[in-house]
Amino acid sequence: MSAAIKWFWFASPQTFFPLAGTLARACWIGAALLAAAGLYVGFFVAPTDAQQGEAYRIIFIHVPAAWMSMFLYVVMAFWAAIGLAFNTRLSSMMASAVAPTGALFTFIALWTGALWGRPTWGAYWVWDARLTSELILLFLYLGFMALQAAIDDPRRADRAGALLAIVGVVNVPIIYYSVTWWNTLHQGASVSLTRAPSMASTMLTGMLLMALAFWLYSIAASLARVRCIILERA
Amino acid sequence: MIAAARCIVTRDLLLALRRPSDVGTALLFFVIVASLFPLGIGAEPDLLRAVAPGVIWVAALLSSMLSLARLFAADHADGTLEQMLLGAAPLGVVAAAKVLAHWLISGLPLVAIAPLIALQYDLPASLYGTLAVSLLLGTPVLSLIGAIGAALTLGLRGGGVLLSLLVLPLYVPVLIMGAGSVDMAAAGLSPQGQLQLLAALLVVAAAFAPWAIAAALRISTE
Repeated sequence: MSAAIKWFWFASPQTFFPLAGTLARACWIGAALLAAAGLYVGFFVAPTDAQQGEAYRIIFIHVPAAWMSMFLYVVMAFWAAIGLAFNTRLSSMMASAVAPTGALFTFIALWTGALWGRPTWGAYWVWDARLTSELILLFLYLGFMALQAAIDDPRRADRAGALLAIVGVVNVPIIYYSVTWWNTLHQGASVSLTRAPSMASTMLTGMLLMALAFWLYSIAASLARVRCIILERA
Repeated sequence: MIAAARCIVTRDLLLALRRPSDVGTALLFFVIVASLFPLGIGAEPDLLRAVAPGVIWVAALLSSMLSLARLFAADHADGTLEQMLLGAAPLGVVAAAKVLAHWLISGLPLVAIAPLIALQYDLPASLYGTLAVSLLLGTPVLSLIGAIGAALTLGLRGGGVLLSLLVLPLYVPVLIMGAGSVDMAAAGLSPQGQLQLLAALLVVAAAFAPWAIAAALRISTE
């Protein structure tokens, strides 16, 4: 009973505001420590790749960013759907707060992918299925943010954005599979991303540390942003 | 319910008939966009034959999107839309009828005129059938998905540009399947798989999109 009361206690923006501040501070510190450890492992401990040389080290940023970009879209759609279904203001604010971080990670994944592709594939951009679907994911994020920015009434912005996010999350798998299929049809410039399955355990450690750091960064940035949104609407 | 849907479809068709230039503009846009590509990329017949399915599909996509902004705008401006929201007929059915009328006005003429563009691009006559079937299956999906965006951007500043930003990424699967089916047929393979996927997209979109459109209309007009 008391747990249930506590649960809804923090669903109100007024009570959530100080909690978000505390949590954000803890997550900032955690993200900084984990990122420092992850980057140390990635740049100094992990061995040089036999085929790709030093260029591969960008995966310590690229792969976790790509993971987060996809995961955050689902998180955003989840909060948006909760906000639409239960009419809870804070859930919709959370969805708006997550979107810029998701777009940022999508952009970082594309950018670092281009920097990695130049020495490895010889081109900044190829129309690989994963690159293409990541690009479309960026467009979906930007569409969500543009729609919310165009609507002055925050209530309508929340609900319109929520509907778009839900339509988007239903479409993401369809887009992904159609792009994969399109890519296999146009075999010409296909470059496979799959590398040797054996990965040194230090590489995996570095990548997981960076992934955790990005998680905590996402939480911290979203909470900091949701605090701004609460203040704006108060 | 069916009477209400029929009433809306006939009304929208009648309105379009009274203002034929609106329909003509979107169609002309389709033809002009398709005619610009050879001027930009050169007129070698082999090149044109290779890009024809993609060009026709992209032009169809843009033309269908262009007419979306008008889908609910006039009804919203003169209060008809509010009466539809208050009416007894389920809003999903109303939305489906509006989309059907939009497709009959903007999608079906594209199917009819596409062989003309194909002729310009020297596409073999054996591919016309596949092109027409792919457009017949694909353009209703464009109208259905696009109507969600049109309902969400109703009455917003810069609605038209925003609409394209929302809707075009969602059009990607239709474009891939539609142009892919013609490419497949051009390569001498059976386009059936892609056409069936398009048909599947159509079924899914027809089942769910009207309710999403209805929800979007409620959000935009409250």
